[in-house]
Amino acid sequence: MTLLEAENLQTRYGPGCSQCIASTGDGAGTNQCPHCDTVVACAEADLGVEAGEVLGIVGESGSGKSSLAELLALERDEDATTAGEVRYAGHDGNLLDVDYETRHALRTGEIALVHQHIRDGLNLEFTGGGNVAEKLLSAGNRSYEDVRDRVRTLFEATEIPLARMDDPASTYSGGMQRRVQIARALATDPDLIVLDEPTTGLDVSVQARVLDMFRRVQREEGVAAIVVSHDLSVVRLLADRTLVMRHGRIVESGLTDRVMEDPHHEYTQTLINSVI
Amino acid sequence: MTDHTTTDDAPSDDRSFDDSAPDGGMPVSTASVDAALESLDDDGLTGYNYAYLDEHTKREVRRSMLKAVAIPGHQVPYASRPMPLARGWGTGGIQASLSLLGPEDRFKVIDQGADESVNAANIRRLAETTAEVETTTDTTDADLIQSRHRIPEEVLTAGQRLVLQVPITDALRKVDPSDAANRRRHAHKNYGKMWVHLYENVVEYGEINIASRYPTMVAGRYLMDPSPIPRWDVPKLDDADHLTVLAAGREARIYAVPPHTAVEPLAFEDRDFTVERFPEQACHACGSTDTYLVEVSEESADEDGFETRYACNDSSFCRKRRENPELPKDHHLDREGVDWGPETPDGDASTAQRGGSE
Ligand SMILES: Nc1ncnc2c1ncn2[C@@H]1O[C@H](COP(=O)(O)OP(=O)(O)O)[C@@H](O)[C@H]1O
Ligand SMILES: [Mg+2]
Ligand SMILES: [Zn+2]
Repeated sequence: MTLLEAENLQTRYGPGCSQCIASTGDGAGTNQCPHCDTVVACAEADLGVEAGEVLGIVGESGSGKSSLAELLALERDEDATTAGEVRYAGHDGNLLDVDYETRHALRTGEIALVHQHIRDGLNLEFTGGGNVAEKLLSAGNRSYEDVRDRVRTLFEATEIPLARMDDPASTYSGGMQRRVQIARALATDPDLIVLDEPTTGLDVSVQARVLDMFRRVQREEGVAAIVVSHDLSVVRLLADRTLVMRHGRIVESGLTDRVMEDPHHEYTQTLINSVI
Repeated sequence: MTDHTTTDDAPSDDRSFDDSAPDGGMPVSTASVDAALESLDDDGLTGYNYAYLDEHTKREVRRSMLKAVAIPGHQVPYASRPMPLARGWGTGGIQASLSLLGPEDRFKVIDQGADESVNAANIRRLAETTAEVETTTDTTDADLIQSRHRIPEEVLTAGQRLVLQVPITDALRKVDPSDAANRRRHAHKNYGKMWVHLYENVVEYGEINIASRYPTMVAGRYLMDPSPIPRWDVPKLDDADHLTVLAAGREARIYAVPPHTAVEPLAFEDRDFTVERFPEQACHACGSTDTYLVEVSEESADEDGFETRYACNDSSFCRKRRENPELPKDHHLDREGVDWGPETPDGDASTAQRGGSE
C-alpha cells in the first residue's frame, strides 16, 4: 500500500524567476539561479513511500536532502517558498495546503520528524521522559499512568536506561538525546518517521548502536521511514530503496542493493568509490 | 500541617516581583495617595474627573472588558494608565474598578483576605474620594469587590462583580518566557508544554503540586492564569453567578470569566485537582473548619516566644462566624446548599468537593 506520494516538490530561497528551474540542477552544476540568485534547494522531486518501507535519501551536504525531507514531514520553514503536492493515505487533498490544526494533528499523530539538530527537536529543560510524554499529552492523552507506562515502554524499546527517565534531557549524552528524539517520534504510533542525519554529532561506536536500535524498532513497529544522510553507509544499512540527490535534484533512484552495486549515474559511482 | 510547600510562587511572594515594575508609567509610592487626594480641590474634584480617570480612558477600559467577556479567558490589551499607587499594588485592578463604579455602588477591597491592610485602605479611599462611593467590608453588601489573592468565602451573586488583581497574566509563562510563542500557543489551543509541566510535577511529588496561579481552562478554549488565588478558590469560578474581571496594570491586560462559564483546573484523569488541606485544624478565632486557613504566628504566654495557630484568611467572614459559628456561606441566598468552594457545610456532600476531572 502506498503511504505517501509526492509530486514535483520544490523548495526555494529567494524571489525566483522564470529561468530558475532551467538554470539549476544536475545539468547546470549548481542549485543557485544565475539570473536571480535564488537557491533552488530542491525541485522536480517525485517519490513514493510504501507502508513499512524505509526510503533512503543520500547526497553531499547542501544537495537538498533536508529541504526535501522537511516538505515530506510537513515542517514549515518561514524563509522558504514551497510548491508541489504531498498525498497521504486516508487524507484528501494536498497536505502542503492544509490548515494549522490539520497539520498539527498529522504531525502529532501520523508523521514524525527527527530533527538533524537535537535542539530543534528536544526541550532540554524538560526531563527525558517529559519530552516523550509531551507527544502523548499533545495528542490528548489525559491518563497519567497510561502516559507513564508508554514512556517507560519507549525508553526500553530505544534502550535508554529507565533510571534516567526523570532526569533533565540536558544531562543526557548525545546518543541518549538522539534516542529520546526517536522515542518521542515513535510515541503516538505514527505511520511514517522522517529521520534527518541520525548519526550527526555522535561517536562512531555510538552511531552503530543507535542505527541498530532504530532498525530493530522500525521493523518491530512496522513503521515506514525516510532516512536522510550524507553518509552512504547509513543509508546502505537501513534503506530498502535509495534516492541520490545532487544540486537540488534526484539524480538516481532504485533498490538500495541495485544502486550500490550497479550505479547508473556517474555521481553515484563517485560517491560509492569515495566511501569504499 | 498543610501542604503549603510549593513548586511555584506562594500566594504571598509576588510583591517583590511586582515592585520591579519595568515598563510604562511612573511607580508612585502608596503614601502619595494622600498627596493625590490633598491636591483635590475642597469644593469637589476640580482638575480630576469623576472616578479619577477621564471618561475616554474609562470607556476604553470598559471596551476591553466587553471584549474580555466576549472571549472568556482571552487576554485583551488595554492602555494601562499611571495611577497614584505603585505598580504591583493593584493598579490594574483599580483601573478596572474605577471604570465600573458608579455613585450608587458599594465597594469592598480585600488584600489577601483582609479589608484592613494599608493597601486595601488606600484603594478604598481613592474610590471613596474620587468616585463618591460607599465602601463596605461585608461581602454580601458589596456591588463591586476588588481583591488580591482571594475570592471571598461567602457566595457571590449575580448582581456582584469581582475584580481580581493580576501580577502575571499568562499561565504559559511558567513553561516558556516567550510571550510571542505563548500567543501562538493560545491561538492554536496548543497546551502540550503546560501538560508536561503537570506531568513532571506528578513525577516529582506524586501529585500536582502547584500552590497558586493554578492553570485553568476557561470555556474549554483558553488556558488562564486565575491570579495568585489559592487552589481553594479556583472551583468558585466554575459556573459562577457573578462576573469576574482579572486586570493587570503592569502588563496592561484584562481578561474575564463571565457568569456561568465552565472553568476547569487542568488535571489528569487519574491525578485529580485537589485543594489545600488543613487536617485537624480550625480557625482559632471562630472555630471554622470549612474556610481557607492561614498560619498566624503569635507571641505566646510561655516564655519561649511564639506559637503558630490557624485563622480564617477571610477576616470579614471570620467576624460573622464568631457571632454565629453555624452561619453557612450561602446564608444570604434564598437557595440552600449552593456549591461554593470546598466543603460548604450545608452543601450537598457529593458536589461540595469539586475535582478537576469533572
Ligand atoms: N534558510 C535558508 N536560507 C537560504 N538558503 C538555505 C536555507 N536553508 C537551506 N538553504 C540552502 O538550500 C540548499 C539545500 O540545503 P539542505 O536542504 O539543508 O541540504 P542538505 O540537507 O542536503 O545538506 C543549500 O544550498 C542551502 O545552503
Ligand atoms: Mg541536511
Ligand atoms: Zn531565478
